Amino acid sequence: MNESSAPTSVSKGEVHLVHLYPREMSIYGDLGNTRCLAARLRWHGYSPIVHDHAPGDRWPERANLILGGGGQDSGQVRVQEDLDVQADRLRDLATAGTPMLMVCGMYQLFGESFVTVEGTRLPGLGILDVHTQGNDTRMIGPVVLETDFGSVIGYENHSGSTVLGTDQRCFGRVLHGSGNNGKDAFEGARVHNVVATYLHGPVLPANPVFADGLLEIACRAATGDFIPEQIDDSVAEQAHSAQVSRLVSTPTSQGGTTTPRRRGPLRALRASG
Amino acid sequence: MKPLTQARLSVAIAAGKAARVASRLRGGGSALPGLICETIDPAVLRHTLTYLPRGIVVVTGTNGKTTTTKMLVAVLREHGLGVFTNPTGSNFTRGVISALLAEVDVKGNFEADIAVLELDEAHALNFAALVPPTHALLLNVARDQLDRFAEIDYTARLLASLAEQTTSAVVLNADDAYVSRIATALDDAVTVRWFGVDPSMVDRLPEIQEADVRFDDPADAPTLEVDDGLLLAHDEHSMTVRYPGGNDVGPVQLRQRGLAAMINATAASTMARVVLNEDFSADVARRALAGVHPPFGRGEVIDIAGHPLELVLVKNPAGFTVALGTYGKTPAATMIAINDNYADGRDVSWLYDVSFASLRGQGVSMTSGVRGWDMALRLQYDDVPVGHTELNLDTALDAFLAEHDAEPTRVFCTYTAMMALRRRMSTQYTLARFGEDPL
Repeated sequence: MNESSAPTSVSKGEVHLVHLYPREMSIYGDLGNTRCLAARLRWHGYSPIVHDHAPGDRWPERANLILGGGGQDSGQVRVQEDLDVQADRLRDLATAGTPMLMVCGMYQLFGESFVTVEGTRLPGLGILDVHTQGNDTRMIGPVVLETDFGSVIGYENHSGSTVLGTDQRCFGRVLHGSGNNGKDAFEGARVHNVVATYLHGPVLPANPVFADGLLEIACRAATGDFIPEQIDDSVAEQAHSAQVSRLVSTPTSQGGTTTPRRRGPLRALRASG
Repeated sequence: MKPLTQARLSVAIAAGKAARVASRLRGGGSALPGLICETIDPAVLRHTLTYLPRGIVVVTGTNGKTTTTKMLVAVLREHGLGVFTNPTGSNFTRGVISALLAEVDVKGNFEADIAVLELDEAHALNFAALVPPTHALLLNVARDQLDRFAEIDYTARLLASLAEQTTSAVVLNADDAYVSRIATALDDAVTVRWFGVDPSMVDRLPEIQEADVRFDDPADAPTLEVDDGLLLAHDEHSMTVRYPGGNDVGPVQLRQRGLAAMINATAASTMARVVLNEDFSADVARRALAGVHPPFGRGEVIDIAGHPLELVLVKNPAGFTVALGTYGKTPAATMIAINDNYADGRDVSWLYDVSFASLRGQGVSMTSGVRGWDMALRLQYDDVPVGHTELNLDTALDAFLAEHDAEPTRVFCTYTAMMALRRRMSTQYTLARFGEDPL
């Protein structure tokens, strides 16, 4: 990767990112989340190592942060078998506090079950206590959430409607858009340091506080510490606030819309661990 | 036709024609007259198109519809055929009816041998439900506007369904697994012809093609026969369509550059051969292809006070990647304008499926449009320097042209951004009218 873009010449250490099924499950630009995290690691002075995990591949020796994206129904079918093989490992990593970002299709597969439009029940990994029901109509459009990382913007495009179990935490509250099911104003789900959401966009680039929240946990696990550099996120903040002001007439928390909440990421993720 | 049917058709056409005059006076949109006409007589298309002696050709697929249609029309016209076609950009059923209104008399008669219609993937099916096409030219399936089509697989099914309703012949892309698999489901009575790139060029395909991950096995490459067209590129502008049975078209120098335009020319030439059969002349086809101007916004060149501005429409990852590869070879001051209206695709996630690394050296002078900041952010993550970001398209264009008033410029833009920028430019510079060629 481009070493010259790192602010310090000496790397603060390798951080291993595992992107699950980039070919089968990254149809809506979710690859951008991996690009974003790798770039931010470099800007913070770390050395990102990205492992693209395809069905049938051997699991990499180190995995500090795991990403998954949205796919088509055919893509989900294609990864099912490998996901069964990796199921115990992923459950153990989740319990051990490995940060994960699971978007859309992979969010659904991390749940308890998915019932198709035709009524077939497909079991999920059960890492998240959520149930998803396939529908004929899709929930499509721009989204603004209020989360522990401040406001988060993105774009949803899903036919499954997801319902949280009784004690299952959501990722955010919907300020604009449909969210999990268009009814209860919840979006996504969180357990340990696993964050699952329907948001594309991709979700991380324009929500840098959220991105760094995931990176902080990963860097600590990989190197024992997290020493961030000052990153100029003014462009990301402009992109972020442009969407918030278009979509939400009165921002609920002054400053929460554009200003990174410094206390946010670490507490937000650890509290759930 | 029964008298009552004829009366209804005439009323519909008359009303549509009136609306057409009114909307022309207003300078307004092209689909409204079609809507009015369609409302009065939903079967207007069938009544007017079914009796064309050479049939009805539908051109569809994700990328290249406009260019391919324009090329096919040019080749058929050069052969002396009267061709009815719908103008650029109005690729919905209503747009076709609107175009028809300009050419039919009130009884529904018009002078044409054949219709060549560019149709959006979903509307191609609506159209086929009204009038089954005799010929279908299926270009490719790529991810595009997933907020409308939801899934690539769904788009592939739309094309397959269109092919099944086609009565005489289909021409399919041999290199696109989503399209080539369609052949297996077709009735034996329907002729299948292929277009593709010459085996010597297959290494250039991945950059412009979508991976088909639906099946374990890779799609079997179709066996090409004597009448199938193979693209042989000589350089960025010059090419030959090779037919194993002889009668090659080319070498021909296209006015549009790049691999995508050449594949479109190969597709158009091959469909023309199917339609014209023994009337097809390779030399006439070559002459026609050489004369085709790039359609509106697809590499269209506008003269800005003595310096060329290239206007390049981008709407999906495959298209943007091809555009960067095609135009990146000659650097120019660059502006990128991204809107997220319905016609642009409301989700801009796809920008992250494009690599902008080729712009790193030159940088991007200006990003603009409703999602101008998102574009700037995307470039930042690829370490591409951005000069300015100004969301207002008019202000951005003026500043961009003022800063680069003595050099070639290039604007990559989504559909509605292109319309707005063209409008702005037309107040100061000479532009071809929508759908017309430069003088």
